[in-house]
Amino acid sequence: MTSLWEAFAAAWALIAGFDATLAQIVGLSLQVSLSAVLIATCIGLPLGAVIAVGRFPGRQALIVLLNALMGLPPVVVGLLVYLLLSRAGPLGSLGILFTPTAMVIAQTLLIVPIIAALSRQTLEDAWREYDEQLRSLGARRLNAAMTLIWDTRFSLLTILLAGFGRAAAEVGAVMIVGGNIDGVTRVMTTTIALETSKGDLPLALGLGIVLIGLVLLLNTAAALLRELAQRRYG
Amino acid sequence: MRLNHQTFMRGAVLALAMAGMLQGPAAWAQQKFITVASTTSTEQSGLFKHMLPVFEKKTGIQVRVVAQGTGQALETGRRGDADVLFVHDKVAEEKFVADGFGVQRFEVMYNDFVLVGPKADPAKIAGGKDIIAAYQKISAAKAPFASRGDKSGTHAAELRLWKAAGIDPQTGKGTWYRETGSGMGPTLNTASSMNAYTFTDRGTWLSFKNRGDLVIVVEGDQRLFNQYGIMLVNPAKHAHVKKELGQSFVDWVVSPEGQKTIADYKIGTDQLFFPNAKR
Repeated sequence: MTSLWEAFAAAWALIAGFDATLAQIVGLSLQVSLSAVLIATCIGLPLGAVIAVGRFPGRQALIVLLNALMGLPPVVVGLLVYLLLSRAGPLGSLGILFTPTAMVIAQTLLIVPIIAALSRQTLEDAWREYDEQLRSLGARRLNAAMTLIWDTRFSLLTILLAGFGRAAAEVGAVMIVGGNIDGVTRVMTTTIALETSKGDLPLALGLGIVLIGLVLLLNTAAALLRELAQRRYG
Repeated sequence: MRLNHQTFMRGAVLALAMAGMLQGPAAWAQQKFITVASTTSTEQSGLFKHMLPVFEKKTGIQVRVVAQGTGQALETGRRGDADVLFVHDKVAEEKFVADGFGVQRFEVMYNDFVLVGPKADPAKIAGGKDIIAAYQKISAAKAPFASRGDKSGTHAAELRLWKAAGIDPQTGKGTWYRETGSGMGPTLNTASSMNAYTFTDRGTWLSFKNRGDLVIVVEGDQRLFNQYGIMLVNPAKHAHVKKELGQSFVDWVVSPEGQKTIADYKIGTDQLFFPNAKR
């Protein structure tokens, strides 16, 4: 129990004495994971929408595949991206292994299936509901999809938050492709892993508390935004 | 309901622009840097935090350290993903250079390995100096032993000693011999929580905080010597290796100034690494 209290004390000390190193680590975590969410949204949302309203052969198989890919182990994604970006790999000439860009790529791959699969489900449910209505308006599928996205935007926001949560919480992929380089690719989760390695468990847990606080803060902001928007647009 | 496509598209464009922006700063700050693949022991003991700022201040070259087990670090070098290797498995390093992946290996410093174990000392080996005898007693007593099991330099050294003791620890697998398959710190965490003996470098041990009941039981044996080496990854194999920058780091580490910086690093009053570059 004492170490649990020590952890809270450590977390408090970290926040109270907010030092530049921690700020930099927190900033990089946010930068990497938010970039990944944005890019994954640009890929996953249209993909989910197309599958939701489209009718094409292999659609069911694609849905099953996407749902399964939600369970991708981060370490496997990390290894895959590592082999791609390594100098000995096909994209080695880019020289982006052990950089934040590599971490964004890994996290993007990790959460595209989550955003695509969940938004597909949300949009398909909405599509069933409004199917006739939209058709009677003569909407083409593409327009219908955009309308559905707009209509379900608040549910979709929750999906993006789920994606962000997964990206910000994983350590396996960013450890491999980022290398946990001090001041360059060290993020919250890899710092926690490092402090655990050093046996400084209170500090590691303290950092964990800061990370949870950060995710909580972001979710609160999203909830407020949603509240505001709902009031304005009804 | 139709309004929204435009809003939506605008949102998407904005999102893309933001993604670009977020990536911006990292791309601008192009400083001279090299990537060094090194071991968890040098990173986790705090040596690099002490040493690298001195080098960076002098040369303006940022040293980016990826801390891995020696086996993995050598693989990183073989694949061309690092400019310099700073590791501790002489046999494997010499093979690395002989295979043409490294230019030339320089000795840098040494420290030593120690055997740590629970205060209760079930194998009755505390205070001894003979590591081989200690291993034999652990195996005879079937006392729990946590091994790295990760092909790191420390793991290689541990295995060489089992061999010298004439014991195949794999026979104890599943009972007293437990491979954690992870770094030195996690292995120490495991040993501390199950009161097992474990083989560690002194640097990581000195900076390790979650010791529980663990204490040093065997130290000071000649065979516990732990030599670190440094080498530039061969530009002939990987053309993108930063030859000049990397070599300037290697040269600095074995120079009188670099060697003194290593000697100056202490935790409390304990010196962690002893420079021994041959000049």
